[in-house]
Amino acid sequence: MTIEADPSPTLAGFAHPERLVTTEWLASKLGTPGLVVVESDEDVLLYETGHIPGAVKIDWHTDLNDPVERDYIDGAAFAGLLGSRGISRDSTVVIYGDKNNWWAAYALWVFTLFGHADVRLLDGGRAKWEAEGREYTTERTEAVRVDYPVVERDDSGIRAFKDDVLAHLGKPLIDVRSPEEFSGERTTAPAYPEEGALRAGHIPTAANVPWGKAAAEDGTFRPVAELDALYRDGAGLSPDDEVIAYCRIGERSSHTWFVLTHLLGFENVRNYDGSWTEWGSAVRVPIATGSEPGKLPARR
Amino acid sequence: MPSLPDSLARIRDDFLELEQQDRLLLLLEFANDLPELPDRFRDHPDLLERVEECQAPVFIFVEVDDDDTVQMFATAPREAPTTRGFASILVQGLSGLSASEVLAVPDDFPQTIGLSAAVSPLRLRGMTGLLGRAKRQVTAKQAA
Repeated sequence: MTIEADPSPTLAGFAHPERLVTTEWLASKLGTPGLVVVESDEDVLLYETGHIPGAVKIDWHTDLNDPVERDYIDGAAFAGLLGSRGISRDSTVVIYGDKNNWWAAYALWVFTLFGHADVRLLDGGRAKWEAEGREYTTERTEAVRVDYPVVERDDSGIRAFKDDVLAHLGKPLIDVRSPEEFSGERTTAPAYPEEGALRAGHIPTAANVPWGKAAAEDGTFRPVAELDALYRDGAGLSPDDEVIAYCRIGERSSHTWFVLTHLLGFENVRNYDGSWTEWGSAVRVPIATGSEPGKLPARR
Repeated sequence: MPSLPDSLARIRDDFLELEQQDRLLLLLEFANDLPELPDRFRDHPDLLERVEECQAPVFIFVEVDDDDTVQMFATAPREAPTTRGFASILVQGLSGLSASEVLAVPDDFPQTIGLSAAVSPLRLRGMTGLLGRAKRQVTAKQAA
């Protein structure tokens, strides 16, 4: 029951335009059977202040993370969550959120770990919907529970663990944090709270492309030519590279994972969600400081 | 054993009476009720202290007047309702207390109002930061 892709010419240049929808398209499709709109934000209360009519809320922290272990929920919990939000395995899911779809992209990446086939982002997210004066409601969406199958999470394709990164050293790494975090001046984004990393700096050889550069002023993704300039010319990546992206806990880098995978058509990108909060506290892993990528360390 | 002033105890009990989902809505009410800053701060943003522990830009100012009564002021953007809610709870719960009552508020107050599951412990740290900075300002102003 998949819904046809948004045919908007503004999306046509992307490698996988079916992964994005425009605000116009979404506004015209609201209420279509088989479509579920999901809001996913940094701020856990933003949905309650007003959301797209019919949208359900999924919170990265309270819904997608395992409450005890540092990991994502398992197949049974994911099935329970999606079923409770009225999402079936064949639903078309459109996710949107605050901060240039930062957390929306993270949710999309987690959906992908479970192999949910048709999951898209609303280009421009909350900010664009709002700027265009489109409809919001504070009415809580009462989703009708449906059956979502228990599918085990597959971490092999798009998720990297610390040992994977160690084995990957020498191949392209992309650090999507702020220049201050990359150089080692700080361990968290400017204006964000300190959150436990014992050392500062970056994984040696990583190129620094702060995630937000992929977004234009209005929150939409930049066109392909500009993304190419950032990632291909700027960071020296090419689509057949194996790439690992990381940030602090894997949320900003899932945004970059989305850009490289779905907008530029890279086929082998993984997100290292342990990211700096793991690497910066791990024992005996190499770290570089300063604004240059740094040299490939000798194997130990 | 530090004691919780009635104002904060009432707020805590109001949250604990509710189901998880309704606790979020009460937090939203607090967010909506955060009073505007008085003009003297709007014209002097330099007087306000930025609370670095919060993800959203939130600024506070605490006054201790001549009869030792505390007034707290805070501002945070509309698009950060969780942070606004945290600030509003403290503005409403601390304002009008004496300086010593504010300093005696248990530091773990944010963890006792039943929001850990609805909001997440990580986000609640922002409120702990707000409370800590408010107390520090009270201490500094008492010494002044």
